[in-house]
Amino acid sequence: MGVSIRGGTPLRDEEFRAVIKEIDSPRARYSMAAGIAYSRFLEGLKRGEILGTYCPSCRLVHIPPKIYCPYCFKHLTRWVRASDEGRVVTAVVSYLSATLETLEKPEIIGIIRLDVPGHRFSSYRFPGILHRICGASEDDVKTQRIFDARVKARWLPEDKRTGSINDIECFEVIWG
Amino acid sequence: MPKIALVGMGYTGFTRSSEHLSFREMVYQAAVKAYNDAGGIDPRRDVDAFISCQEDFWEGVSISDEFAPDQLGGVLKPVYTVTGDGLHCVANAYMMIRSGVADIVVVESHGKPSEIISMSDIVWFSTDPIYVRPLKLPNPHALQALEARVYMRSRGLRREDLGLYVIQSLGNALLSDRAPYAAKLDLDGYLEAEYVVDPLTAYDIARYSDAAIVAVVASEEIARKLTDQPVWIDGVGWATEISTISMRSMEEDVATKLAARMAYDQANVKDPRREFDFAEVDERYSYKAIQAIEALGLARIDTVASDLRDGSFSRSGSLPVNPSGGALGEGVPLEAHGLARLLSAYEQLRGRAGRAQLSDAEKAVVHGWRGLGTSSSIVLVLSR
Ligand SMILES: [Zn+2]
Repeated sequence: MGVSIRGGTPLRDEEFRAVIKEIDSPRARYSMAAGIAYSRFLEGLKRGEILGTYCPSCRLVHIPPKIYCPYCFKHLTRWVRASDEGRVVTAVVSYLSATLETLEKPEIIGIIRLDVPGHRFSSYRFPGILHRICGASEDDVKTQRIFDARVKARWLPEDKRTGSINDIECFEVIWG
Repeated sequence: MPKIALVGMGYTGFTRSSEHLSFREMVYQAAVKAYNDAGGIDPRRDVDAFISCQEDFWEGVSISDEFAPDQLGGVLKPVYTVTGDGLHCVANAYMMIRSGVADIVVVESHGKPSEIISMSDIVWFSTDPIYVRPLKLPNPHALQALEARVYMRSRGLRREDLGLYVIQSLGNALLSDRAPYAAKLDLDGYLEAEYVVDPLTAYDIARYSDAAIVAVVASEEIARKLTDQPVWIDGVGWATEISTISMRSMEEDVATKLAARMAYDQANVKDPRREFDFAEVDERYSYKAIQAIEALGLARIDTVASDLRDGSFSRSGSLPVNPSGGALGEGVPLEAHGLARLLSAYEQLRGRAGRAQLSDAEKAVVHGWRGLGTSSSIVLVLSR
């Protein structure tokens, strides 16, 4: 991978390592409580359901759910089930991993605007979910053909689900 | 100059664990209570800015600032995070209001230490990576024990004296609803405890608890509209000593002394021993509380030990310290601990401390410290 830096001489990896005096990495382990709202959300995923909370004040459905509306600061108690289908709002192709290794197979990441039966949302505030997108090619993303494409959640088999966002493998494009 | 007041506070937790609530939900519940306490304000309409005091490694999330607004009602409003004790947030709110940037500022801090599995590693990770961390001391509390040793020797404090402080504080905590570690302890019981790091036993070192605390700070004009019981913030001060632990003053808590001087100047406090009715101090370590009492000017170097033995800092003494208990009884909810001290002072000054209420509570000093290995201190002067 070529990196060009103006007005300086980049250090080679071995030069950089030669001046480091201590190498350490944090041992940071946590066990985080999902809490009231996310617990119910995760339990829903295990059953193949995407759940959200509805704010009667601004009419937004929050996915993942919260017990309050961040926009209205109202307590939310109405749960709704979203469809596991929606439309692609935006998508990109990742070629490198976070540690800059070339990925064997480029991955498409996107934001999906979920449908919620009986609810309508504005074009800039809607229940959006971040996930992998499958059934599309790099070219579909580059040509922006994928924008607004319909997608549907591809679920793990029921006995493989653990109550995790990864119980959805990806959102698969339904080319119409 | 117009004054600045605390007009509302709310909290959740002070429990050993809190697996039924996410940190967001804990903060949300504390915020709802604080806004209700502040005359029923609506954060979306009435609050000008929000400040959160947190630290990424405690959160287990980097750039945790981004998670601050939602549960406070602060979305799309001025919000920032201060990497410091909750009292540092109060100082920031004070400055915002004083400078005319805002009239009402909400301050939040929370801690869920029960969720940090590798706590010792995270604590140790705060030491200098080049010349301290590689030493891999078996117990990080050694850093404070070293200071305790020096301080005790220089002030003629014996183990029995630390025991006296611990017994008193854990006993005071029995009067609190927020103290999962409150206990009735006697000197024999104290002296029987094994050392964690000599001279400190498990009784001398505060344990952890989970909590979220929210405070509402307002200008005088707004405060008088919201409540007939404002608690005035008359002064704030803070300071940090050199980062090299081995080169710090260990006999004296210089950072606290400087922070106190700054706060006392603003509040026009001339004789802290006479002017304050009580003090709320950081007692993550028993000896550290005594050191803070002295640095705050509430005792003299040569008499701090005898004052302690005379019961001067007990609930019935001339200057009660942590009259409803402190970190030893409540546990330490990480950066929220300073706000826990503030909350106790706020309740006393409003006459709402329940069974822990002092008969005379008009003016108080509140002290915070960032804990093991740090020298960051902060001091507030409050009055009603
Ligand atoms: Zn809403």
